[in-house]
Amino acid sequence: MRKETWILLMHISTVERLPITTTGSPLLVRTKTFQSVFFVIPRERDCHEMHQTLLRLSQPVNLEELYCFHYKSTPDDLPKSAGWNFFDIQTEFQRMNVPNEQWTLCNANRDYELCDTYPSEIYVPARASSAVLLGSASFRSRGRLPVLAYLHHNKAAIARCSQPLSGFSARCMEDEQMLDLIRRANPNCGYMYVVDTRPRINAMVNRAAGKGYENEAFYENIKFQFMGIGNIHVMRKSLQKLVETCEQNSPTMSSFLNGLESSGWLKHIKSILDTSWWIASAISGGVSVCVHCSDGWDRTAQVCSLAALCIEPHYRTINGYQALIEKDWLSFGHKFTARCGHVACDSRERSPVFTQLLDCTWQLLRQAPEAFQFNERFLLTLHDHAHACQYGTFIGNCQKDRRDLRLSERTFSLWGYMASHLNEYKNPLYNPKAYPDILKPDLSAQSIRFWRGMYCRHESGVHPRESLADLLPAAVHHATALTHHIDYLAKRISTFKNLLSGRKERKDDTVVNYQNGSSDTVDIETKMEAAEIDNKQSAMMSCTPIRAHDVTSKSKHRQHARTLHYESGGNLSELECANHDHPLKEGAPKIIPLITEKADAMIPATLSLLEAEISTVALDWKTIKNVTECGCSTPLDHFSRKHHCWGCGRVVCTRCVAARAALPALHAARAAPLCAACAPSTPSTPVTPPDLLTSAT
Amino acid sequence: MEFIELILINKLDGVILRYPHHDNVDGTVCITGHHLILSSRKEGVRELWLLHRNIDSIEKKENKLSGGVVQGGFLYLKCKDLRIFQLDINNTTELSLLAQTLENLSSIQDPTLFYPFFYRHMHPIMENGYTLYSIEGEFTKVIATEEWRISRVNQNYTVCQSYPKAVVVPKCIDDETLAAAATFRQGGRFPVLSYRHNNGAVLLRAGQPLYGPKHRRCRPDEQILNSIVNVGMKGVIYDLRSSNMISQQQNKGGGSESPSNYSQWKIYNRPMDEVDNQQPLLESFSKLIETCIDREISCDKWLSRLESCGWPESVRNSLHTACIIAQHIHQRSEPVLVHGTRGEDATLLICSLVQIILNPDSRTIRGLQALIDREWLQGGHPFQSRVTSGPYSSRPRAAPTFTLFLDCVRQFLEQFPCSFEYRQCFLITLFEHAYASQFGSFLCDSDRERSALGVYDQTTSLWSWMNQPEELAVYINPLYDPTHDVIWPSVAPMSYVIWEELYLRWLVKQRTEEKEELYRVIRTREQALRAQAQQLRRELNDLAQQYYAQDK
Repeated sequence: MRKETWILLMHISTVERLPITTTGSPLLVRTKTFQSVFFVIPRERDCHEMHQTLLRLSQPVNLEELYCFHYKSTPDDLPKSAGWNFFDIQTEFQRMNVPNEQWTLCNANRDYELCDTYPSEIYVPARASSAVLLGSASFRSRGRLPVLAYLHHNKAAIARCSQPLSGFSARCMEDEQMLDLIRRANPNCGYMYVVDTRPRINAMVNRAAGKGYENEAFYENIKFQFMGIGNIHVMRKSLQKLVETCEQNSPTMSSFLNGLESSGWLKHIKSILDTSWWIASAISGGVSVCVHCSDGWDRTAQVCSLAALCIEPHYRTINGYQALIEKDWLSFGHKFTARCGHVACDSRERSPVFTQLLDCTWQLLRQAPEAFQFNERFLLTLHDHAHACQYGTFIGNCQKDRRDLRLSERTFSLWGYMASHLNEYKNPLYNPKAYPDILKPDLSAQSIRFWRGMYCRHESGVHPRESLADLLPAAVHHATALTHHIDYLAKRISTFKNLLSGRKERKDDTVVNYQNGSSDTVDIETKMEAAEIDNKQSAMMSCTPIRAHDVTSKSKHRQHARTLHYESGGNLSELECANHDHPLKEGAPKIIPLITEKADAMIPATLSLLEAEISTVALDWKTIKNVTECGCSTPLDHFSRKHHCWGCGRVVCTRCVAARAALPALHAARAAPLCAACAPSTPSTPVTPPDLLTSAT
Repeated sequence: MEFIELILINKLDGVILRYPHHDNVDGTVCITGHHLILSSRKEGVRELWLLHRNIDSIEKKENKLSGGVVQGGFLYLKCKDLRIFQLDINNTTELSLLAQTLENLSSIQDPTLFYPFFYRHMHPIMENGYTLYSIEGEFTKVIATEEWRISRVNQNYTVCQSYPKAVVVPKCIDDETLAAAATFRQGGRFPVLSYRHNNGAVLLRAGQPLYGPKHRRCRPDEQILNSIVNVGMKGVIYDLRSSNMISQQQNKGGGSESPSNYSQWKIYNRPMDEVDNQQPLLESFSKLIETCIDREISCDKWLSRLESCGWPESVRNSLHTACIIAQHIHQRSEPVLVHGTRGEDATLLICSLVQIILNPDSRTIRGLQALIDREWLQGGHPFQSRVTSGPYSSRPRAAPTFTLFLDCVRQFLEQFPCSFEYRQCFLITLFEHAYASQFGSFLCDSDRERSALGVYDQTTSLWSWMNQPEELAVYINPLYDPTHDVIWPSVAPMSYVIWEELYLRWLVKQRTEEKEELYRVIRTREQALRAQAQQLRRELNDLAQQYYAQDK
């Protein structure tokens, strides 16, 4: 069995040398994707060198060394520009009908002069003068003044900011005015909430440092509320304990549950969700909320986006969720580079803040799968890429950083890659009508679950043996394939009927349009080159040099480790699903009219040729449920992407999808994934060669 | 005894009923011999019909007004199906009378007074569930091997009171040997066949040997066991108790097989004391449910109480034990004998789980019914004693062993969502009917008692009702795609899922059925399209043949 473990260098979180044993020097590599791989290297010097090498390579000293600046082409041959313009903050606010009478786009931060960690476009109350803005910014930690984050159609708004520099008694008229203006921007309510997401004690401590929280006596008509989400250090330590719990060698039920409990991870997830839901209910009740924590870029980002996710169905779509990340996280300055540890820096800056956003989203997804257009794989992909640095999307700590680095010119965007793989992220259970409005999560402790799919992802033995995440999409894809096949059959039947009746009537070229209901385009989309996994440039590390027997038995259960595949094989119909203006939709695909009226009247010369044509498409697909490896002997575990060959119906791995080509027995000849055996020898020729055809006349 | 003596009040107006996921109902309570009925007498509001036998505990709380005056109060009815009802009653006397009435009715222990003996099934019965899974039918293939036979040594229940009339034993062993061996096993439960795997390896079960402080020995018992071990092989005995428990039992006359007497057998321990001793399991279940219905619990408390109740570990341990035994049978083709103390709890649980792993038939609806019939009902699990208490009360000999079994099956369903013909609501239905039902299937403690009381003649079997086509459809898993092989579940702690559709159903609105409906839609569409494509292929083929034939 060909077993390879691929680990992206950027994913390496720690490399640890353990005490030498009789078999050799052990090296423990832990990744940010919750994989841990244990090597035993026979020679100590090799181990030492490998240790040093991995340390150096996994922690670049400066941003310019990051993978994204060297990554030259995506598997889908997308241009570099793809994805960078998918989301912009103005469009997102326009969707919320902003600017309007109450809220306006403010130019004061165009060159980041007001606040360098905010986006250049900020939305503030229309009546706020520049003096108020300046004054308020100077009274807030790092100039992060209160600005609009989300506006509900009932005019209640979520505003976000950082803590005020109030100390024990300081006050600022402009800041007080600013909050009052935000309150007045919602004409339906005489008060507003100010939510400090921190536990009271943390906020108190900050007062000693000249920071703190709003005094209800100074600010008119506010109701102040502490929440109790821990800070980044608490979260980092909690995750560390959680990982240790998952890494236990032979965990018992007690040690697992106790470890889970003492990590506090679920408690923190619950506190974030509790706060988010609190905000969401206030907003849906028509009361505006101003949210802050310390600097307003960690906890604030979490609860603002999760509250919006509960209130607004749009954010539960694939594009909407990406827009939400783009707005609340990337634009408003969540420090991805520091929190994910992209470059060597103070490890105390690292914290799983974004991971928690995804975990909280997963909790909601688990409870109400119909509400979300995306699936678990979508969340895992976001998580892995936030750390991978393969795409420029998550590089830097704020919008200004990203502009200074000219990322949109120099690197690829994750959104471009994901747009061409949409099919993988679609949730087959999604039904927009199920939750047309607010999504109320159940937040009792019993309903907050451990996300096995994230933290035990690489322990292939603990997942369901038959995965619905594979089976349901396979059923959906099979139905699509069958629909196209049925259309083809209907068309052929109609041709033959005409021919048979035409014989009697001697009437040629009459084509009755016998179609089977599918409204898919008749044009064939040209196949995107299914590029191979681009491992040459991907600076990945293979650990194959270490022979299998060198790996001790301890590592065995972790050896189901899987490479992060940046897999190939998008096709254009997926791009068409993206409902925004996709730059690739213009120009790039050549539209070849394949099945024309004329071609329709062409039929195979003999019955056996017709039968051969029909059988290019499999009626039955092999079940995915007992498949543990691909025909090429690549192991297929719980989270490996499994494909069906439309030609023979076998299950293959990503690498074995040899080609995507149109099949003659599919009506809307979309590029169907094929295994090597079924792929035509010249993959670019989707049409049956002309010599097999005979004119109908 | 007449019900009339027990019913102190049979009608009460102006009662307010509160219970989870429903609006409060204002209505009239009626008490019959078997039901508490609450009716609002309004269109569209469903009446509540609650079997007295479903009531697990009754708590009365009086409203104390200022000045020590008591005016009315409420009754908490905690049910074995885990529901908790609250009845608000204005009049203090009526409150007491109702509480006393329900207390009287719910503590009746005579099975012939239970509802199944009064219930008349409205629809014609297509097949009688009581005769559906006869031992001859179930073991046809096994008997055909010429190695096993059906023995009627227990025809009059004299050899073993908890065994059925007929059992399957090695062909070469005569009835006298069986009767002699029975004297050496607790409760007369001599070794009988539970399951024969397709590789010929078998699973046997029995009661503990009466080895005792005097180190008794019983040649007939050894003869039975040795008769099934092939030359050059060893059998495996799994004693489901800790060594502490074994030595305790040995002092009382029980114990484990002595290795010297059973030299052809390897003897292992796999402790499941909490299951075999009933009381700890009931406590564990009570704590579990108490934790599950606590609305205000914090995340920390939830996890630590879940851990300390021990239920998840019992589930995991049961699965683990079953996997180990299934491995002996499937991978090494070794015969296995399983026993605990009496062999009526942990033993039956493990034998059943081993079959879920090994036998694809047990993953079908009828297969599970047959399994429950063979292992639990005929196998002598004392249902009546075990279900006298749900999680809200504690009576001696009560234990949720069968619930533990269903929970383990639920774990399989989670891990193998396609391999089972039934879905989890089937398990919940079984759970509910085991505790309180209009059907007679789970009445009494043994086949002997059921025969004696006329259960088989005078009541309707649960299977008779379940197997009606329209009822059966409810339980079918839309994703069913049979696996014809052995299935090995994960027993890692992170694979354990709480059975939320049962334990959390009154706390959190469960949406499993909606999800399953979506699965069904997806699957049905796929299948319909496939059928259509096939049909069109045929049509095209016919036309093409016509055309090409003319062409020639």
